[in-house]
Amino acid sequence: MMDTLAPFVLIAPLAGFLVNALFGRLLPRRAVAWIGAGSVGIAFIFSVNLLLQLLTGAHPLDQTYFTWWQSSDFNVPFNLYVDQLSSLMILVITGVGFLIHVYSIGYMRDDPGYSRFFAYMNLFVFSMLLLVLSGNLLWLIIGWALVGLSSYLLIGFWFDRPTAVLAARKAFVMNTIGDVGMVFAAFLIFLNLRVLDYQGLFSRVHELPKGGGVITAICLLLLVGAVAKSAQLPLHTWLPDAMEGPTPVSALIHAATMVTAGVYLVARMHLLYDWAPAAAATVAVIGGVTAIFAATIGTSQVDIKRILAYSTMSQIGYMFLAVGIGAYAAGMFHFMTHAFFKALLFMAAGNVIHAFHDDQDIRHMGNLRAGLPITFWTFLVGTLSISGFPLLAGFFSKDEIIRAALSAPGGEFWLGVIALITAGLTAYYMFRLFFIAFGWEWLSHDDRHLHEALPVQTVPIVILAVGAVVGGYIPVANFLSPVFGHAVEVGTGAFIGLAALSVLVALIGFSIAYLLHARRPDLAVVWRTRLGPIHTLVEHKYYVDELYDRVFVRPGLALARFLNDIVEPRVIDGAVNGIADFFLLEAREFRLIQTGRVGTYALWTLGGAIGVVLVVAAFLGYLPVRLGG
Amino acid sequence: MPVPAYTFLLLSGVLFTMGAVGFLVRRNPLVVFMCIELMLNAVNLAFVAMSRYLNSLDGVVFAFLVITVAAAEVVVGIAIIVQVYRAGRPMDVDDLDLMKE
Repeated sequence: MMDTLAPFVLIAPLAGFLVNALFGRLLPRRAVAWIGAGSVGIAFIFSVNLLLQLLTGAHPLDQTYFTWWQSSDFNVPFNLYVDQLSSLMILVITGVGFLIHVYSIGYMRDDPGYSRFFAYMNLFVFSMLLLVLSGNLLWLIIGWALVGLSSYLLIGFWFDRPTAVLAARKAFVMNTIGDVGMVFAAFLIFLNLRVLDYQGLFSRVHELPKGGGVITAICLLLLVGAVAKSAQLPLHTWLPDAMEGPTPVSALIHAATMVTAGVYLVARMHLLYDWAPAAAATVAVIGGVTAIFAATIGTSQVDIKRILAYSTMSQIGYMFLAVGIGAYAAGMFHFMTHAFFKALLFMAAGNVIHAFHDDQDIRHMGNLRAGLPITFWTFLVGTLSISGFPLLAGFFSKDEIIRAALSAPGGEFWLGVIALITAGLTAYYMFRLFFIAFGWEWLSHDDRHLHEALPVQTVPIVILAVGAVVGGYIPVANFLSPVFGHAVEVGTGAFIGLAALSVLVALIGFSIAYLLHARRPDLAVVWRTRLGPIHTLVEHKYYVDELYDRVFVRPGLALARFLNDIVEPRVIDGAVNGIADFFLLEAREFRLIQTGRVGTYALWTLGGAIGVVLVVAAFLGYLPVRLGG
Repeated sequence: MPVPAYTFLLLSGVLFTMGAVGFLVRRNPLVVFMCIELMLNAVNLAFVAMSRYLNSLDGVVFAFLVITVAAAEVVVGIAIIVQVYRAGRPMDVDDLDLMKE
């Protein structure tokens, strides 16, 4: 049953992509929207069905549908792998993806590239589902690269904006660095284990020495791919720039799904990472450092989408931290709740941006409670959830990660402390955003007239808000236990103690935000000057872009310029033209033979023929001359 | 009384020489073409005669091959001549020297 259903999860968005890409211009807008959103909705229904079958005790599926290619003992099948982990992933991708598609129907309604947009979005959903459902590394990498491609297409969707084109290119380059890592990891795996499918890989990974060089190298190369796709340090710079794309794209790709592919990869390969503790520790450290790094940058930005982008980086840092220390279920749990509240925040931000005619500066916003009430309240729910307000979704999932890190025996304890500090920063920057953008009316009168978005845009947000509230009660860890094993039970006392601690930290962040940005904005100015250099450093994102510019981009450009100005004309053209000139000069003498007259050529031919006859005759002895023996 | 083989070869040689000389001295492309045909058929005559003389079919096969090639060559050649004529060029082989460049 599952084996016949699973392919349809892939086929539905692929069909939507093909129809919209090929005939989208001919179809009426309503049809484009129905096909675009409907195909993802169908995929969602199939995903729910798969989930139900797993819940009612069906065995995880590993079904080979056809052999892609085969060369002696090297065999690449197309097989789908549906277990609890991939089932959870496709459920979130298609579920949240469907809501975002519905939202796009309203958000993109005036865009001339309507059908192109839905075609790209469906392509993205298809690629992501392929990445998740694939049962072997090769198809995973294909999905991985396709996700990068659709991300490129969607970031550069408004291709008449130079900034969007640059951002798309940047994202593509960064992602390609990751793809190379993935490919090399696959090489190493095949070289050492002669397998590429998951079943074979997981059953044979223990043949490698534990913690040895090979397995560590494999895991680190996979990590390069994960880091690039999930915008973790040091390959993170593309994500904030990717906000040039339409807002639904930011919600779908750069918050809810694509950027979590790295987390999925590490979780999927958890047997490998368990076998390479050094690589797993690297994952955790990258996650922890990125979490606090991005959170500090988020405190100083003024572009609403960029703040949310850095918040995404930071939250994915949490997930990396979790999967790095072996708390895989906690990481996937946070992935799910994050998909709810971050998609919600992005789509609400999209409504706000529309209301202010594409102005994304939070300092220009205001009067939103009266003007956009639904957006206002849902954004508040999302903010509370991400900040870890007790009993909301973000509270449970984030606490689980912090608890796992703090209770770990080794150096992970300090990562837990970092995570705790980041939780405070998260509450601060989210409420800073909220107070400045949504709460200006509390400080001054603002009677700008604003329009609430269409119902097609607000209903998906309300649904996600429900998810952001109750998502924490879904027993994800229990559901995933067949994949990751049972989590360690924590005593109620420790649970309440840590919960109280993280709530306290979040409360401190909230209070500072309230004081500086709602009650006493003058204090914010004072503190900004007092923190002078630090504030500048953070505001400029630690100058990472500038650093990469100096270290990679400019030397690259200089090298290219050198090759173009010196090597190309002098060396390459010089060699080619020199040879040509030489022959031209030499050939001048021989050209005189070629008169172009048929008669001349015929005479030469005749002379040659007579010559041949004479030589042959001489050899055969018919002439008085002796040639040869 | 059988005709000796050398008479055929002599006739073939004479015909071939006529063709070759004609090819070199005549300037009308059509006549030049006919000269080529003459040379080819002179060779054919030699082939067929030697085939008979040596009691072997090889020469006949060769003759057929030559006829086939000649037919194909005429098709191409006539097409070129017609094109040249249509282009309003003088029908003179010596003036058709564009290949020089």
